[in-house]
Amino acid sequence: MNKLQKLFNTKKKDILSIYFTAGFPKLDTTGEIIKGLEKSGVDFIEVGMPFSDPMADGPTIQESSEKALVNGMNLDIYFRDLEEIKTQVDIPLIAMGYVNQMIRYGSDRFLQACVDVGISGLILPDLPLKVYEEEYKKKFDHYGLVNVFLITPQTSDERIKEIDAISNSFIYMVSSASTTGSKSDIDNSQLEYFERVKSMNLNNPLIIGFGISNKETFSQACEYASGAIIGSAFVKAISKESNYEQISSFISKIKS
Amino acid sequence: MKYSVDKNGFYGDFGGAFIPELLYPNVKELEDNYIDILESEEFITEYKGLLKDYVGRPSPLYLAKRLSAKYGGNIYLKREDLNHTGAHKINNTVGQILLAKKLGKKRIIAETGAGQHGVATATVCALMDLECIVYMGEIDIERQAPNVARMKMLGAEVRPATSGSKTLKDATNEAIRDWINNPLDTYYLIGSVVGPHPYPDLVTRLQSVISEEMKKQLKEKTGKENPDKIIACVGGGSNAAGAFYHFLEDDDVELIAVEAAGMGVDTGETAATTKMGTPGIIHGSKTLLMQDEFGQITEPYSISAGLDYPGVGPLHAHLFKTKRGRFLNATDREALEAARELTLLEGIIPALESAHALAVLSKIEINDSDTIVVNLSGRGDKDMDTFQRELGY
Repeated sequence: MNKLQKLFNTKKKDILSIYFTAGFPKLDTTGEIIKGLEKSGVDFIEVGMPFSDPMADGPTIQESSEKALVNGMNLDIYFRDLEEIKTQVDIPLIAMGYVNQMIRYGSDRFLQACVDVGISGLILPDLPLKVYEEEYKKKFDHYGLVNVFLITPQTSDERIKEIDAISNSFIYMVSSASTTGSKSDIDNSQLEYFERVKSMNLNNPLIIGFGISNKETFSQACEYASGAIIGSAFVKAISKESNYEQISSFISKIKS
Repeated sequence: MKYSVDKNGFYGDFGGAFIPELLYPNVKELEDNYIDILESEEFITEYKGLLKDYVGRPSPLYLAKRLSAKYGGNIYLKREDLNHTGAHKINNTVGQILLAKKLGKKRIIAETGAGQHGVATATVCALMDLECIVYMGEIDIERQAPNVARMKMLGAEVRPATSGSKTLKDATNEAIRDWINNPLDTYYLIGSVVGPHPYPDLVTRLQSVISEEMKKQLKEKTGKENPDKIIACVGGGSNAAGAFYHFLEDDDVELIAVEAAGMGVDTGETAATTKMGTPGIIHGSKTLLMQDEFGQITEPYSISAGLDYPGVGPLHAHLFKTKRGRFLNATDREALEAARELTLLEGIIPALESAHALAVLSKIEINDSDTIVVNLSGRGDKDMDTFQRELGY
């Protein structure tokens, strides 16, 4: 059992996760942001691997990715940065990016590097369930890494059950039919969807993401799920200054 | 059928649907329905009717005598340039708009590079009275002002893609994002044999009317259905897929795909994907693409906006890998000279894209008895600014 799986074994509600893009706002800010988030009481972190063509992302994460790439971020630096802080942090980390990055790096080399720097799991939104089952599941299991799948308001109950069966940490519940960072509040149709999935009593905990931006939406999400993920709103908040004060003030507002 | 798509949406190692879960229901709906609709009598009647009376098909197969005299053999031009809106693109948009209507969609989105597919989409949306939104890179909007005006006159909204490199690949990303945000009422009308399965197969089938007509026309003109060689340019690869389709299993027909070398394949300023590309995922499809060592997709270059795409359709990646297709390339300069030559020899101004196909006539061995078909995918009206600038008219 890796760190992320342990977290879900011990903590069942109000789990707060933060996404940020490695190499943004500056090339060398990745380690400091992780340490700051851990110190601020965040439960786990998605460390974004910036990609040239992030098709599931809205403008905020597109821009942070573009800037990070201009800053010079690449997977070698990404893994080196995480290696450097490996002994200083204990918070579960997930690498989030796109499947082409893993394929081009070489999947074994990529997964080995993830394990070596202390990553617990992957979120690769464009890695389809079927391809994962047939080509990658054995490898992920071999390296002790989990793969996190997304579900959306359009995902059928049958498919949600399939995803639940293959998941071994949590299910990423996308709050609405949208790219990241699109919505600012949660409406009734979304609550109905949360309620519907909650009532399925799945084996894996649900963590809600996309459109969670503040204390209000975080608390609402936590009523229906084990926790929530904030991405774009955090990336926006640290776009100018990414020091500890900035990070802890953002997190304390969510948790207050 | 060695070169058909398999049940998982792959051509050999290439293809598939590498899409976020957000798009799964949209793509599944299309996958579950497209073959039944395309093979229904109602669709076939409407589609063939529009191709005949609206597009102006069959497009002529013209024996270019002076061109043949220069290069040898009998060189035929498949005149897709004579279609309504000036290129082969309309074969696809007519078919997909009928499909979209059968699926009950109300809103059409599309991507465009040079604007040819955008114009062909705006055209059929006007015809069918459907809302049309075309994503186009901000840089391409500046470069292709006449096509932007045509789309607007046809009632389409042209939305600039301001992310990334602000060209075709980013316009495609924006169209995909729009579809994520509007999953129920929107149909994504893709312009080439790219994107997640079933799009490469869908667009190939709709463009296959080109090779279907070729077989019939060759039989009438030469007594034989099969030519010795077919030459077509490849960006994403839709005109080539259509021109090759009914000959894929006929090993006696040499299929020649011509990519844009830009300034030259080794200059870094090129769009010759099979030469410079490596396997990976672009726009939901596993194929060959131009990327750096970390999987970041790089920006291609060609003087021809229609060939300026960093990937290639998965069918073509498969034809390349299995050597069923012979992949050549032509530089900007070679294409420009080929365009000038065809114009002076035959009185036909070709699109810059099609000129790349013509440019390899001087690079291949041709026997006097050979029958060769060059797919003349589009006309050159849209490229007059470039011809004036580069050829000094």
